[in-house]
Amino acid sequence: MINPREYIEPGSSWPLGHAVPDQPATHTVKLNINGQDVHLKIEPWVSLLDALREYIGLTGTKKGCDHGQCGACTVLVDGKRINSCLTLAVMKQGCEITTIEGLAKGDELHPMQEAFVEHDAYQCGYCTPGQICSAIGLINEGIANTRDEISELMSGNICRCGAYPHILDAIEQVKGVAGHE
Amino acid sequence: MSLLQKLGVSAENLAPEITGKYIGKPISRVDGRAKVTGNAKYAAEFNIGTGILYGYVISSPIAKGKITAVNARQALSQKGVLNVFTHENVPGLAWFDRSYQDQDAPPGGSPFRPLQSDEILFSQQPIALVIAETFELARYASTLVHFEYEVKEELNVGLELNLYKAKKPKKHRFPVPKPRGDAEKALAGSVVKIEEAYYHGYEHHNPMEMFASTVIYGDDDRLTIYDKTQGVLNSQSYVKSVFGLSEDEARVISPFMGGGFGAGLRPQYQLYMAVLASLELKRSVKVVLTRQQMFSFGHRPATLQKISLGASAEGKLQAVINRCYSETSTFEEYTENVVNWSGQMYQCDNVMLDHKLVPLDLFTPLDMRAPGGVTGMYALEVAIDELAVKAGIDPLEFRLLNYAEKDQNLDKPFSSKELRECYRQGAERFGWNKRNPEAGATLEGNNLVGWGVATGCWEANQMPSRAKAMLSADGKLTVSSATADIGTGTYTVMTQVAAETLGVAMEDVLFKLGDSVLPMSPLQGGSWTMATVGSAVKLVCDQLKAKLFKMAKKVENSPFGNSKEEDVVFADRCISLKEDAQQYLTFTEIMRKSKVNYIEEDTTSLPNMLEQNEYSRFTHSAVFVEVKVDQDLGTVHVSRVVNAVAAGRIINTKTSRSQVLGGIVWGISMALHEDTVMDDNFGRFMNTNLAEYHVPVNADINDIDVIFVEEHDDIVNPLGVKGLGEIGIVGVAAAISNAVYHATGKRVRDLPIQLDKLL
Ligand code: FES
Ligand code: FES
Repeated sequence: MINPREYIEPGSSWPLGHAVPDQPATHTVKLNINGQDVHLKIEPWVSLLDALREYIGLTGTKKGCDHGQCGACTVLVDGKRINSCLTLAVMKQGCEITTIEGLAKGDELHPMQEAFVEHDAYQCGYCTPGQICSAIGLINEGIANTRDEISELMSGNICRCGAYPHILDAIEQVKGVAGHE
Repeated sequence: MSLLQKLGVSAENLAPEITGKYIGKPISRVDGRAKVTGNAKYAAEFNIGTGILYGYVISSPIAKGKITAVNARQALSQKGVLNVFTHENVPGLAWFDRSYQDQDAPPGGSPFRPLQSDEILFSQQPIALVIAETFELARYASTLVHFEYEVKEELNVGLELNLYKAKKPKKHRFPVPKPRGDAEKALAGSVVKIEEAYYHGYEHHNPMEMFASTVIYGDDDRLTIYDKTQGVLNSQSYVKSVFGLSEDEARVISPFMGGGFGAGLRPQYQLYMAVLASLELKRSVKVVLTRQQMFSFGHRPATLQKISLGASAEGKLQAVINRCYSETSTFEEYTENVVNWSGQMYQCDNVMLDHKLVPLDLFTPLDMRAPGGVTGMYALEVAIDELAVKAGIDPLEFRLLNYAEKDQNLDKPFSSKELRECYRQGAERFGWNKRNPEAGATLEGNNLVGWGVATGCWEANQMPSRAKAMLSADGKLTVSSATADIGTGTYTVMTQVAAETLGVAMEDVLFKLGDSVLPMSPLQGGSWTMATVGSAVKLVCDQLKAKLFKMAKKVENSPFGNSKEEDVVFADRCISLKEDAQQYLTFTEIMRKSKVNYIEEDTTSLPNMLEQNEYSRFTHSAVFVEVKVDQDLGTVHVSRVVNAVAAGRIINTKTSRSQVLGGIVWGISMALHEDTVMDDNFGRFMNTNLAEYHVPVNADINDIDVIFVEEHDDIVNPLGVKGLGEIGIVGVAAAISNAVYHATGKRVRDLPIQLDKLL
């Protein structure tokens, strides 16, 4: 009998990239992900998104289009939000990469994660990691002040389930608290 | 008399709110933590790093013809490429059509069989599967496979171009009611009438997660299949019958699904392909479609409705005629309920409805959120608005004037229908009584402002389902059913029902779903999951209660010796006497004293058809919309929506609100954004990506207000719920169209309303 909670416990260790045919094109790439160094033997055309999902097993970052059109793959690189599908892994050596898996501190969720749960800022949850990383990136940018501005600057992250008003509620809550600090 | 008084319902005579400890409360999702931490796993995310092979699908660039030659040599010469499957090397599989017919397949017809013939039936037909050690390699090698084609020139695409080929379906899934009265004559005799045609084009579901299947090939030659599906049992039975496997040889698992909206009601071809490759290579295989390929299967069919309505000078509806044409494929007859709504929504004695299909060289259409309902209600509700305008009556008043007290299609009363109250509460919240009756007359800066209203309706069905429950001596309850959670909140609401019924804390309940080894449950669709699986969960927990109480009565010195189940309360993991709460036994005590570690029940819940068949069972809503249309640019913004929904009992006000909200966003999308554009020369969709297939983004969505109107219904199912998956979208596109008319004085009758139609 399968227990669905099995799937949702964080993996304790990351499986390192599986066997790749030893083609002359593979390089060793060193990435710093969520504060941990990971060595991968991959081809230079592997996107950061595929490196995370298929080689490292960090599947929290989602693929919704692979073309920079949906935002599902948003991660933070040196605190800035980027589409990891439009970035090659090899280009991000020496950067600090933060994915959805790296936001919580142990059992304690990041305030943005808490706010998403509280405001039901999702349905299927597939766009959610991208929305959360994007929202944190947006707050880091410090440009969006009103609800309309947040809405405009969150428009690179599609949510087909249509959770937009709740996503704004969640971001406003986190921004409000952060603003008072 | 004010409009609201005319509605005749006051707030006082409403029954008290139904709530319990959990039911009816705004409870956060039990799987929320998994979703916000990235730990929720979707179909393509299992067993990473274990040497799974990658499959990449090649899609046909032509829409009709034959493959005359395949050359995969160059692809196969790449180190790490294991195979290229095409019609030339795919082994003989099941022969009969019925082996390929899944639970949502149209009756009759020949379901599409991937890679089994050289014939091309539609553009983007999957024609090969490349299997390689890495995704990058499979994708690269796919560019090295060469095909030659014989293109068939004569191509049937474009609904309106092919109307002359329309024919009645052999079997309609929703039989069109026979005419009543004499609609033609009544129309001729009507003082006020309209005759118009309403159209919307192709739409694709586009859930955020692309279709994916990961097939794990076990040491014992058994397959564990992680599939993106709205029904693990549907995927399992498809795989079993197509590949001749037994139940034990193919287990299908789907704990999370990144959106379905109907797309996952039929097994998509990546499942077939991944299983095929896995069985042939005896290896684990993963196949994920690309976003472009998400446009290569079922879609909402382009539909044209020719509607004639007639009314008396006082605005009484006298005639309704709806002649509908929708597309299907050349190999299956897809039908949905488009026209029946026209005979049901308003009181009218003369009705004629008709629905014909036009076969096109496309993939078979597929149920897409509120299939048929959004289409039929869009056209009807715009037509009603036009008639009200002609009659010079406020469109909301016009609807009340023709309010249907019973379902004339079925000649049955409604099991419940709080639509009047939806109109009343929605109108009040929206401020409808301040509406300027004149169209094109309200200017705000450079924007024309318009207000529109429409009605929504969807079925409230219950299906048979099984559920299992196990209570262990430590007071933990595990409940399971092979249903799905496609974002609907199934994990959460079932946990609520189980906890409430048995009197345990939600934290002590584990609800399992999405696994073919679990008890039978139907596809997740049709807005019936809460009614269906919820009823099964309640029933099985009730049976568990009875069993536990029976045991409690037998333990030594039981305080319940002479009591009946009605005399006791189940709460906080205890049974106690109603009369004297000090007299109690904990669940743990009962089981210890009875020397058991757990108790278990497994049950089947069946709808009470005898009773239900006496009634017409539907969910209703009233949608109010404000739009702002830029005078110079013709851009439309939906600035406000109020959607008042009567859907029976609401189990979780938080997730329910999200569901309706999402439905409204879909309605806005249908009205203003979504459209898959066909190149009629090549028979190919042109905008197969999320940059050109528009869906709303955050900035497109403004103020949305959802009202749940109290509604009590003992008929629909034991929980009194009606389901919320579809009702939120129905009526929204019509309300927006009507608001655009009110803003601009221009009536647009084909969706989406893009700016060129207003300039
Ligand atoms: S997957 Fe990167 S933007 Fe869609
Ligand atoms: S939660 Fe489903 S796409 Fe956003």
